Amino acid sequence: MPCVTVRVQAETFDATHETALLLRGQDEVGGIGAFTGIVRGGDGLVALELEHYPGMTESMMRQIADSACARFGLTGCTVIHRVGRLEVGMPIVLVLCAAAHRKAALAGTEFMMDWLKTGAPFWKREEFANGRSEWVQPRAQDDAATARWGVLDQ
Amino acid sequence: MLRILYFAWLRDRLGTPGETLPLQVGAHSVQDLIDQLRARGGAYGEIFAKPELIRVAVNQSFATIDAPIAANDEIAFFPPVTGG
Repeated sequence: MPCVTVRVQAETFDATHETALLLRGQDEVGGIGAFTGIVRGGDGLVALELEHYPGMTESMMRQIADSACARFGLTGCTVIHRVGRLEVGMPIVLVLCAAAHRKAALAGTEFMMDWLKTGAPFWKREEFANGRSEWVQPRAQDDAATARWGVLDQ
Repeated sequence: MLRILYFAWLRDRLGTPGETLPLQVGAHSVQDLIDQLRARGGAYGEIFAKPELIRVAVNQSFATIDAPIAANDEIAFFPPVTGG
């Protein structure tokens, strides 16, 4: 059974520590694909406020992670998504995919990120320096990126 | 009772994170509930007149507007998701 870790949390994460946990007792791992999402600044953005649907968020993240493990033959994966107020430059999401070979590890990471953006109930609100605040609009290119993977395996 | 939840800008505009409502006689689908909420007028009328802007989950799974609903279901309305 692949080793799957899914967490939603307000506090930051330690990618090195999470990588060590993912590798523990997994001699067949040949590589880990890793992505850390960062709150990107620009246009006066100060912070993002991340809201989610407790319960459904975790179950969708688990479904996405299980699907990635099955599709790419991962030995394990870790996905941690932060919620609450996150200032520009702070880490927001971590995806780690462990596999015997590089291509599976990297493809699994892409798959998980595409699905997280469009299939897990998170919403971002942007907070600007002038006090303005706006909900982020969904982007068509994110839907297209997810669509290329077809349906989520059950 | 139906447990109804609102997230993101729906919650902001409706001024509440959710409510409980009895399942109306003759209501069988998410569409029936949307019609009931729209009939309240005000912000509900505006938001639920445009179901194409809304996504829905029934018992914490994504659902379509024609999905069946039953007493004691948890039904969430929210905008398209923007995580990651």
